[in-house]
Amino acid sequence: MGTEAMTTLKSSRWARVIGGLAALAGVPAWAAVNDLPGGPAVNQLNLHPPVSQIAEQQQWLHWVMLIICTVIFIGVFGVMFYSIVKHRKSVGHKAAHFHESLGVEIAWTIVPFIIVIGMGAMATRTVVAMKDTTNADVTIKATGYQWKWGYDYLKGEGEGIGFLSALDAAQRQMSDNGTPEGDDYLLKVDNPLVVPVDKKVRIITTANDVIHAWMVPSLGVKQDAIPGFVRDTWFRANATGDFYGQCVELCGKEHAYMPIHVKVLSQADYSAWVQGKLKEMAALADDPSKVWELAELVARGEKVYQANCQACHQANGKGAGPIKPLDGSDIVLNDPATQINVLLNGRNNGAMPAWKQLSDTEIAAVITYTKNSWSNQTGKLVQPADVVAARK
Amino acid sequence: MSAVLDHAGGHAHDHAHDHPTGWRRWVYATNHKDIGTMYLLFAFTMLMIGGLLAMGIRAELFKPGLQFFNPQLFNQLTTMHGLIMVFGAIMPAFVGFANWMVPLQIGAADMAFARMNNLSFWLLIPAALMLVMSFFMPGGAPSAGWTLYAPLTLQMGPSMDAGIFALHIMGASSIMGSINIIVTILNMRAPGMTLMKMPLFCWTWLITAYLLIAVMPVLAGAITMTLTDRHFGTSFFNPAGGGDPVMFQHIFWFFGHPEVYIMILPAFGIVSAIIPAFARKPLFGYASMVYATASIAILSFIVWAHHMYTTGMPVTGQLFFMYATMLIAVPTGVKIFNWLATMWRGEMTFETPMLWAVGFLFVFSMGGFTGLILAMAPIDIQLQDTYYVVAHFHYVLVAGSLFAMFAGVYYWGPKWTGVMYEETRGKIHFWGSLIFFNITFFPMHFLGLAGMPRRYADYPMQFADFNMVASIGGFGFGLMQVYFFFFVVLPMMQGKGKKAPQRPWNDPDGRGAEGLEWEVPSPAPWHTFETPPKLNAAATKVVG
Repeated sequence: MGTEAMTTLKSSRWARVIGGLAALAGVPAWAAVNDLPGGPAVNQLNLHPPVSQIAEQQQWLHWVMLIICTVIFIGVFGVMFYSIVKHRKSVGHKAAHFHESLGVEIAWTIVPFIIVIGMGAMATRTVVAMKDTTNADVTIKATGYQWKWGYDYLKGEGEGIGFLSALDAAQRQMSDNGTPEGDDYLLKVDNPLVVPVDKKVRIITTANDVIHAWMVPSLGVKQDAIPGFVRDTWFRANATGDFYGQCVELCGKEHAYMPIHVKVLSQADYSAWVQGKLKEMAALADDPSKVWELAELVARGEKVYQANCQACHQANGKGAGPIKPLDGSDIVLNDPATQINVLLNGRNNGAMPAWKQLSDTEIAAVITYTKNSWSNQTGKLVQPADVVAARK
Repeated sequence: MSAVLDHAGGHAHDHAHDHPTGWRRWVYATNHKDIGTMYLLFAFTMLMIGGLLAMGIRAELFKPGLQFFNPQLFNQLTTMHGLIMVFGAIMPAFVGFANWMVPLQIGAADMAFARMNNLSFWLLIPAALMLVMSFFMPGGAPSAGWTLYAPLTLQMGPSMDAGIFALHIMGASSIMGSINIIVTILNMRAPGMTLMKMPLFCWTWLITAYLLIAVMPVLAGAITMTLTDRHFGTSFFNPAGGGDPVMFQHIFWFFGHPEVYIMILPAFGIVSAIIPAFARKPLFGYASMVYATASIAILSFIVWAHHMYTTGMPVTGQLFFMYATMLIAVPTGVKIFNWLATMWRGEMTFETPMLWAVGFLFVFSMGGFTGLILAMAPIDIQLQDTYYVVAHFHYVLVAGSLFAMFAGVYYWGPKWTGVMYEETRGKIHFWGSLIFFNITFFPMHFLGLAGMPRRYADYPMQFADFNMVASIGGFGFGLMQVYFFFFVVLPMMQGKGKKAPQRPWNDPDGRGAEGLEWEVPSPAPWHTFETPPKLNAAATKVVG
């Protein structure tokens, strides 16, 4: 079906008609802004130009639905307006008195029933395809934070890469000042998510605090990111370029300020990016054979604790409800081997999750922090080398 | 104040017994007409407050960038706009209509439980005060959206508790109102008024009342669990303690979807009364209208998760909810077709009530069609939580419920007050509202298709023009409702205007409006049908 032709039709002629009407009405156009490729176009009237098969199907379905609904609407309300014009007292029409007809009632129950079932049938294939997240080439976890996104490459080329992606601070400032400018206003991030073209990318979503939602209209994906749970979606971008989306589940004050930017690269460019990124991360990473002093390890551990542990174990280390206290805990005070084991492998069927994705230095640091905080003033420390040994 | 308020009409003679006057008449009110009036005035007040918040939202979105409110306050505006309109304006207004019209239409003397009726109204006042005053609590009003999704609600300040308490009270009020309506309809119909002869407004309210009783406790459960999560260490919805935030959404929408039919079914009832009256032709399919209403009510319980396609349901779940949701189009279509068949080859005149009813048909159907489009899961993945959804539910709630209520006010207002509104003013109100409504909400479809998320205090510049158009429309729509109050409602309440005849909507030969409410004089006396009337075979007229 001529989706492409229709897309062109909408973006050129109708946009101009509407734009012209707006100008006639004296509505000032924002002369300063242009279409953002991969993001919204100025006065865009339809879905984004699709860049994945699912997005194409969504657009096709939308056109079909729009056409069916418009035809029915015109048909039904054509009848109504005909009746309004002809069957009015002022033109001398005399009321008929028919009412109740079982046949007619059955007809206008059965026909819409068949139509809506047909509509559902059209969409079924796409629903099934959307939910099939198996056999992904690259798996990336997107974590929603108030108010930024974290990306971790879990599987496939790029495994091990992880970074945060937040709105450009200058744009947040512009918003506060009421002086927005730029085609990518509120869509520009510091670190875009980078993915390869023509590869099945599975996005696993979760969140750290409240529910967020990860959306990229051009790729046809939208998936809630729910704290404590993982969900997934997928896309296979069929063109390189930059594609934009925004958080779409109300997540608090800065809800409007956590955009999503997906950079789709050719396979060669992607590999080069992965190599560069891995080198960059290795340079930043800690040397696990380094021997640390107590004070610096505690300081480092405090950061790790705040980022990963505090949500459950609380800032005061006392836990809450089913969450075990660390303050005064016998294991924390006296049993470093068990504590390392708990952090690496979790406990109580995952009620305490495994944290083996943290680096050896981070685990050593956070353990040392718990041994030397609150009422726990043991003066003991665990070195990264101990964690390395325990991992084996 | 007025014809209706000091009931100056032709019943000064029927006071063998005493009844309170002055403020006592209202505070101790047990008369269904007085209570109905209070409900309607209360709902209109809340409509104005909720509308003021909407004006704030549209002012902020007039241009990109933050001009008036910080994002936190903006979220408070959207949240409170939703809560106030749903629980303060639309729902109480329909209860007001029911109070006035159900006893009149079934030939009953009053509501079954007159004192409970008083309580269910007066509970609304502290609840509304608490809800509105929460703006002045530390941290401001709740800002988690009217859907109150956990765990965001767990981050709210103390006003969230005030909001929860207010919703509990309003829920209790709704349940009492519903029990009253059900008992009145089932037990107090005049002899000869069988269920299948009852006006459709009573039918739709009977079904709505059952829906309310079924789902208000579900909402109460959800918000109580939120409350205990916030304060008493439970973890129903708190993932840090093993709770499930998605469970909140399931419970909320199990309430929330029937709730949207609670807000539209009585509107169907009002429209079903008006269209036959002005087409001078009986309703095409009375029985099928009753069955369609019941079908919608039953289906409303098995479609809730279409609000949750993006939460990550299994594929079978998405398919089930997609097909079930689309099925709702069938009984809704039956209703639309029946109204059209009623108009077809009628002898129509277009006084203001009919204009609103036809406007309702036309614009509500647009909301119905966008609902069908949204029901399709793959399309919803693009449109969920965008302005398309905002456009859709304002087309069904404003152009649906609110327009039907305006139709009802113009249709029954002369009976309530004994005064005719001025036709030109009604027409100005209608055309102004219809045009501004579409200027406000039609561009939102485009914004949603282009991916503009809802509940955003600021947006990319490409969305600027349509937002400006929507804001201008919004201000216009707001002004039309102020006009409605000062130029239509107030004059009627003050008794200014032409005196209304007993049957304002009937030709001299008797064709037009039907029903027992037109058997009593205008304004309706304080007491009506004190002894059960004897009815004709169709149960539309009192015979001796």
